[in-house]
Amino acid sequence: MTNLRSVRVLQATAGMLVLAAFWQVLSMTLPPFLFPPVPEIISRTVEILITGSLLIDVLLTAARIFAGLLGAFILGAIVALLIARSRNLENFITPVLNFFQGIPALSWVVFAIIWFHGTEFRVLFIMVMTTLPAFTFQILDAFRSMSKDLFEMTMSFRPSRWTLFKFLIVPTIVPGILTAWKVNLGNAARVVVVAELVGATGGVGYQLLRQQQLFDMAGAMAWTLQLVLFVLVVQQTINVIENWALRYRAVSERAM
Amino acid sequence: MAEPVIRFENVSKVFRRPDGRGDFTAVDKLSFDIDKGEIVAVLGKTGCGKSTMFNIVAGLIEPSAGQARVIGHDPFKEFDFFRGKIGIVFQGDRLMPWRTALDNVLLGLQILNADPKTSEETARAWLKRLGLSGHENDYPHALSGGMRQRVSIARAFAVNPDILLCDEPFSALDEMTARDLRAEFVRLVRQNNKTAIFITHQLNEAMDIGDRVMVFHRPARIAFEGRLTAETSADARQTMRDDIMRILAIDPTPISATG
Ligand SMILES: Nc1ncnc2c1ncn2[C@@H]1O[C@H](COP(=O)(O)OP(=O)(O)O)[C@@H](O)[C@H]1O
Ligand SMILES: [Mg+2]
Repeated sequence: MTNLRSVRVLQATAGMLVLAAFWQVLSMTLPPFLFPPVPEIISRTVEILITGSLLIDVLLTAARIFAGLLGAFILGAIVALLIARSRNLENFITPVLNFFQGIPALSWVVFAIIWFHGTEFRVLFIMVMTTLPAFTFQILDAFRSMSKDLFEMTMSFRPSRWTLFKFLIVPTIVPGILTAWKVNLGNAARVVVVAELVGATGGVGYQLLRQQQLFDMAGAMAWTLQLVLFVLVVQQTINVIENWALRYRAVSERAM
Repeated sequence: MAEPVIRFENVSKVFRRPDGRGDFTAVDKLSFDIDKGEIVAVLGKTGCGKSTMFNIVAGLIEPSAGQARVIGHDPFKEFDFFRGKIGIVFQGDRLMPWRTALDNVLLGLQILNADPKTSEETARAWLKRLGLSGHENDYPHALSGGMRQRVSIARAFAVNPDILLCDEPFSALDEMTARDLRAEFVRLVRQNNKTAIFITHQLNEAMDIGDRVMVFHRPARIAFEGRLTAETSADARQTMRDDIMRILAIDPTPISATG
């Protein structure tokens, strides 16, 4: 088990090392302003992390991602529960959500700028609108995956609504919700920079735009890596929570 | 004579066909009384409406016509009244995979808002009684089928219900395990002076368990009823067995794969 795990870590690292080596070769043959050397990218990345005034921008973006996801999660949970309780409401809301899902993030950016003042509200609006449909559908799926057998078994003890929610519905939907967070986190991280590109005066998106104006490729890479690292760290954290919350599941000793 | 614990008066249940074409009668003007302390085995072919009858007693579905009364109340409409009064052992264990054996047994007590400390003592005692000491903290996936079904029996008995309902609870188990659990079940019902309905499609199981055996037609209506006591002679048993076999054999509707 631990052996298998270390093999996997090694493989993953190897992949990244090959990519870095390839980049390094390019940087030696092509102009460095197009392909800055790997050590420079790394040192710029670390610099952001240890410089308070730069780290603030990373944290700001992280906060925007979390706020947007939290908003979409709460709204999505409410909408999903409403849909789950009424077929009519489902027929009514589903096309709207599907329609929203087809709207590009950039369009929401434009709408937000035309409709609203205030950077933070605009960003929040964009984040919520772009992640809400997927979140709603995922929570709904999790809810619908509830076993009829377990539902009837629980109902046979005649619980109150709250008890039913606590003892059956929450444990049923937790796995789906954790997965939804992981998936939407990746989407949100991609959308947030688009949202920040237009109008924000801080954050990773804003910094990326500045690197473009300065024609600073190493800087662009360093800021991009902040976001990638952020998503990886949070996803790993969710994985840890998942492993704990789903510890009751049987694990096969045989890998696929 | 006291009022029966369970009374069906001309109860029918009609389902709308899934394709919307017409209706399907699963229970047809079914009437019977069950008195306190009785263990009634209900026998019938697959798809004859046993589970439908069971779900009506359990209050999970509502009759289309007629009246079902349990302790003088309506099991479907009076949802809160029956809290803690009916214990069910389902076909298949229906354990919550995220709860340990102990926590599964505790479920009913938690829903009843019982004192956590005494609840845990009760749950542990039931697990012990059913031979599951040492497995309190195991998750269902780590238990065998027989052990899981035992946990589900403990879960039903732990709330100390007056009425126990079992819907083919042991049909997925091997015959040895099933026989042990059957004996255990009868012992528990008798010791605690409960009333029980036990549904099965196996003649032997019905004759082993019931004080009374009711055989259902398809759709559910009583086709045969017979009483059994410790004094019932081997000959009488054999006659009853033959009668039931004959009734089940002449059932005019062919066996389908439903139910
Ligand atoms: N919810 C339902 N909707 C439609 N038909 C049903 C439903 N439940 C049961 N039936 C039908 O009613 C008949 C009796 O089913 P059931 O009570 O489960 O039989 P048994 O438990 O005796 O095998 C079957 O033909 C089944 O298909
Ligand atoms: Mg059945």
